[in-house]
Amino acid sequence: MPSYKAPLENIHFVLHEVLDVAQVAALPGYEEATPDLIDQIIEEGAKVCEEVLFPLNQSGDAEGCLYENGVVRTPKGFKEAYRLFCEGGWPGLVADPQYGGMGMPHVVNCVLQELICSANMSFGMYPGLSEGAYRALYLHGSQEQKDLYLPKLTTGEWSGTMCLTEPHCGTDLGLIKTKALPNDDGSCNITGTKIFISAGEHDLADNIVHLVLAKLPDAPEGSRGISLFVVPKFLPRQEGGQVKPGARNGVSCGSIEHKMGIKASATCVMNFDNAQGWLVGEPHKGLKAMFTMMNAARLGVAMQGLGIAEVAMQNGLNYAKERLQMRALDGAKAPDKAADPIIVHPDVRRMLLTSKAFTEGARALSYWVGIELDRAHKHPDPAIRQEADDLVALMTPIIKAYQTDMGFEAASLAMQIHGGHGYIWDYGVEQYARDARIAMIYEGTNGIQALDLVGRKMGQSYGRLLRRFFHPVGAFIETHQNNLQMQEFIFPLAKAVAKLQQLTASVAMKGLKDSTEAGAASADYLRMFALVALGYMWAQMALVAQEKISAGAGGRVGFYDSKLKTARFYFARMLPETEAHFRKAMAGAESLMELEAANF
Amino acid sequence: MKVLVAVKRVIDAYVTVRVKADQSGVETANVKMSMNPFCEIAVEEAIRMKEAGKATEIVAVSAGPATCQETLRTALAMGADRAILIQTDAELQPLAVAKLLAAVIDKENPGLVLMGKQGIDGEHNQTGQMVAALKNWAQATFASKIEVGAGEATVTREIDGGLETLTIKLPAVVTTDLRLNEPRYASLPNIMQAKRKPLETLAPEALGVDITPRFKILKVTEPLKRQAGKKVANVDELIDKLKNEAKVI
Repeated sequence: MPSYKAPLENIHFVLHEVLDVAQVAALPGYEEATPDLIDQIIEEGAKVCEEVLFPLNQSGDAEGCLYENGVVRTPKGFKEAYRLFCEGGWPGLVADPQYGGMGMPHVVNCVLQELICSANMSFGMYPGLSEGAYRALYLHGSQEQKDLYLPKLTTGEWSGTMCLTEPHCGTDLGLIKTKALPNDDGSCNITGTKIFISAGEHDLADNIVHLVLAKLPDAPEGSRGISLFVVPKFLPRQEGGQVKPGARNGVSCGSIEHKMGIKASATCVMNFDNAQGWLVGEPHKGLKAMFTMMNAARLGVAMQGLGIAEVAMQNGLNYAKERLQMRALDGAKAPDKAADPIIVHPDVRRMLLTSKAFTEGARALSYWVGIELDRAHKHPDPAIRQEADDLVALMTPIIKAYQTDMGFEAASLAMQIHGGHGYIWDYGVEQYARDARIAMIYEGTNGIQALDLVGRKMGQSYGRLLRRFFHPVGAFIETHQNNLQMQEFIFPLAKAVAKLQQLTASVAMKGLKDSTEAGAASADYLRMFALVALGYMWAQMALVAQEKISAGAGGRVGFYDSKLKTARFYFARMLPETEAHFRKAMAGAESLMELEAANF
Repeated sequence: MKVLVAVKRVIDAYVTVRVKADQSGVETANVKMSMNPFCEIAVEEAIRMKEAGKATEIVAVSAGPATCQETLRTALAMGADRAILIQTDAELQPLAVAKLLAAVIDKENPGLVLMGKQGIDGEHNQTGQMVAALKNWAQATFASKIEVGAGEATVTREIDGGLETLTIKLPAVVTTDLRLNEPRYASLPNIMQAKRKPLETLAPEALGVDITPRFKILKVTEPLKRQAGKKVANVDELIDKLKNEAKVI
């Protein structure tokens, strides 16, 4: 049986000692989000995740969702857990207080998303999709639509979906066929089939609010002709001053997918048959509206990668300390026992430390982006808002792709540490690999993220977005380059940053002439960027650890020592991967493109 | 009826407790602390009484260092109306806590005092009984069911032989056992409201209580490690060893 404890000490370290989360409470609108309140929310959220959501993770995987005559049943216990989750007010954590939300900053949401995904990634899909629907309506809906739907999505009484994909198109949404025919009353009749719709149908909420991409009759060809509609499962009706689910709309679930992982999350085929829907935002501008929620969704998916890596690592570590097998290579370490625990072995440590260095580094990186997202929304100075927004836009594809790749990798490493037990269901570790795998695919495959980085973000405003990253890193290196204690981190970081800048210039130049060149470099470029960003995080964490240790560490020497030693591992054994990615990205497109498809 | 609930800040139940190197006590620096689980049950019971219309106000009280404020905030986030911290960094033994609580009771005049049956740290199981004695009130310990009536309460107690039901006159002290209820999770709106609920801080001297420890802790040690077992050849040898070596029969 797997186990999970929320890594509160590590979360606390990143929020308060590395990133100074107190700055968020200085932003207008977030005055309430003081460090002590943030801690209290996280602690209570951790309890719900550990005690309510985690115990349903393995049983939910075994049972899966059940489809029968258009109705979807979630696994045993999910309904009660969802009710408890809603009673706690968790669906409304970041929602606007005007619609009943708590108005907490995004960085708190990042933490909660991590905890939920460690505890039960499948469960997290349901409130996660609602949050996406909330955001799309909040940013683009009419006042009437907001008043109607947002309070219900905030309480979780109603849930939401994002209906984009169709059987013949996923990445290329310009090809969609779903039609919207205008009615005289201002609504539209929506007809078409959507697939892979997470939380499309289930028994957790009273109503489901679908946000659907469709084409109006006068739509231009391609992606410039897509409109966004809100299509409720039950048409809302007023009763005694309250909004209630009314008549059934013409939308139904045709079947659910049988898939590799996240089995407790219902992945639905949704059939729209003259379903009544209402335009959200302007006609033909639906894709742009959808993208405002896609960015947030991509950050959410990045947290799934991190969440799975954390829980997989915890279980790998427990096993490595308990499993007695063979002796250490240099002689017995536990002579009173039948054999040594396998954590004595260098290769087991390599696997554990890889997961640890990734998880703790990615946590710092994600929460940093979370704080920047809050600054982008609430900072009084528009120039700083723009800067923060640039950084979030730049880092979104990087952390989505890297953290989901590594979430799967960490799950795979935890399996490897477990040996044969990692491959069987009972220990619960193989579930993490199956669950983590989808995060590399959905919300834009990781290949699409790499294209987003080199194709859009890199060149945007003459490289302005890139400077939002390179400038603070450069300033950090300059400030600490003469700190003797920091040299083991600053020198390799500075070298990697310089190489990344060199590669950036090369990819940008080659890409201008030939987009295929940019595409061919994209995956390695993204990975190198992520490794440098994690190096920047580890250097900062090492600095804090050194300062704390010099100041006596307040009885926590072991904790800070662990940070310092993990930083050393990162710089010795993970950052050097940048060199291979640099060479691969510099190798150009030819070796990828010259082989004829017919001769593969 | 006003209900006063005493809550204690203890090392979290999931933390592996370590003895300090100098054997003067257990390590509490940088250790996760939580509300004593039995006290959580007492807070939950008070909230249920309020929800059922039996209680009008819930006052949570704790004694200890400034960090106990966090524990009181947790009680407020669960649903208590206001909180009192008797703040001191001095060592507090059950008699001192009982006297402090009795002094707060004199100020607050609650109709019922709810407390956990014991702290999971010291496992004293004394404070509730002492408070009742100091106040000369009725007491019902180890409650698994509490029904509040007019001027009295009927309490089902968990005792060694099974269950015992007592009817006690109010005001009274009732200490809670594990099966009384399952404490709720604090909701987000309540966590946020808790920040704005009143939390009063008092000094032990202001209550006129002498908190000097009455007994001295000489040494704290970890429990002995379990010894390896012995294999015996037959039943006779087993009986012989039980009689003569272990001396248990």
